[in-house]
Amino acid sequence: MQTTISKKPATLTLWRRWNWLLWIAIVAVIYTWAITGLHFTGLQESAASVSRSIVHGLVQPDWPYVYNGSGEDLVSLILQTLAIAFLGTIISSLISVPFAFWAARGGKEWLHVRSGSGKVVLTLIRTFPEIVLAIMFIKAVGPGSYAGVLAVSIHSIGMLGKLFSEAIENMDRGADEAITSAGGNSAQIFMLATLPTIMPEFISYTLYRFEIAVRSASILGMVGAGGIGTPMIFAIQTRNWPRVGIILLGIVLMVLLIDTLSEQLRKRLI
Amino acid sequence: MMTTQVPRRPWLQRWHVKPIGWTLVILILLVASSRMTGVDVGMFFNNLGQFTDLLVRMSQPAWDYLPVILHPLYETIQMAILGTTIGATFAVPFAVLAASNLVHNRWLRGIIRLMLDLVRTLPDLLLAAIFVAIFGIGSTAGVVTLAIFSFGMVSKLFYEVIETIDMGPLEALESVGANKLTIIWYAVLPQIMNQFVSYFLYTLEFNVRASTVLGYLGAGGIGVFLQRSLNEFNYSQTAVIILATLVVVMAIDGISNHLRRVLL
Repeated sequence: MQTTISKKPATLTLWRRWNWLLWIAIVAVIYTWAITGLHFTGLQESAASVSRSIVHGLVQPDWPYVYNGSGEDLVSLILQTLAIAFLGTIISSLISVPFAFWAARGGKEWLHVRSGSGKVVLTLIRTFPEIVLAIMFIKAVGPGSYAGVLAVSIHSIGMLGKLFSEAIENMDRGADEAITSAGGNSAQIFMLATLPTIMPEFISYTLYRFEIAVRSASILGMVGAGGIGTPMIFAIQTRNWPRVGIILLGIVLMVLLIDTLSEQLRKRLI
Repeated sequence: MMTTQVPRRPWLQRWHVKPIGWTLVILILLVASSRMTGVDVGMFFNNLGQFTDLLVRMSQPAWDYLPVILHPLYETIQMAILGTTIGATFAVPFAVLAASNLVHNRWLRGIIRLMLDLVRTLPDLLLAAIFVAIFGIGSTAGVVTLAIFSFGMVSKLFYEVIETIDMGPLEALESVGANKLTIIWYAVLPQIMNQFVSYFLYTLEFNVRASTVLGYLGAGGIGVFLQRSLNEFNYSQTAVIILATLVVVMAIDGISNHLRRVLL
């Protein structure tokens, strides 16, 4: 007994004393690989002039584009972007609930088949690129904001399902047990104890996800799925920098406003 | 004596004004936004055939395409590593300036925070589109995009960490007359190093995911090939790209999660 105890710390200190060298070596190898692997084609000669015209466009944005009543102006498209994000998030929050109960771990065992399979499915959904989803839905429903709504609703399941399932895992089971002990059936437990307990957290996560959805809805248009992204990518491709400037301004203001609103609401919830 | 009288609830509570109000607001928003986006449930199911056809074609990955995309996959990871490193390096001084326990000048802190908030509002693909216009098609645009994107993300995480540190060691050094840099080096850094590395790895995970689609707009990496295969309607190649990306992302997540657990 005595020998085993005195033996272990000795090897540990030797490892502890020298393992930083190993880490430095690993980090050095990784960075050498990363830096030598990339071809920095060098700056384009036009880079400076392009940056100058971008700054110029940002300073003098295309104000008439803000609203011209055509339905293709900044305000209408920003509203459309928000609509995509809102609908997508609401649909996704509803679909995520069953996924969350599927992925939530009940007991403490190391391997849980139901919860494990649910978690893998959620990871797969989360990793599937959103713009590929958007392109797939464009094939199904044609270009436009409907495809964007579908892409946001499916992609958000990955993250919302994960957050919801973690909320379920960490919830206080007191109310559940109280209803069980009073003889309630599982539907009653779910409606009267489980749902009210986790509802504030679910709503808070949904709001958080809405903030992210607003950002993705504003870029989904770049592949043709509606919203402000479509005129943005056109303006960049046609080098219409004043137009880019006003759209950027619109997106920044929209995201700041939504983030602030949602943060206030979330603070009141929890 | 116990009264059996039920306490009277105010009018607002008795008629459930608040929940009903919120439900109405959400319903109105739902109707308005489905009008605006032209959602048509029927159309989706009518065209479901095309969607399933696409899925069927994607379910037969063209594995011989794998060697072609190995190099761009490496490039994606390299872009993510460089971008995150550059972004995180620039984030450190800004995080220090934005931390309320280190900088007492409210105006300076406010300006820095506003700047960081503004940087964070810009979506990654939008940045990529602009930098491709500036730097031309290639991984330079991708690295710069990721650097700016991670700068915004990391600086916020970093200053929130700095604000939670124990001020004792700082006051001790201050009382013996150490200057600001010495204080940061000997009292602040040792307290936050592990969390910094952990957040750095977290941002790296995030950036690996992000960098896989940046190429869609020409910013280098695997996204270039993703766009090519989608434009050519070659969905069996798309499937290989997505699966390979998935493996890489999961591997990086696994390594990073393990390291972060060791660190904290």
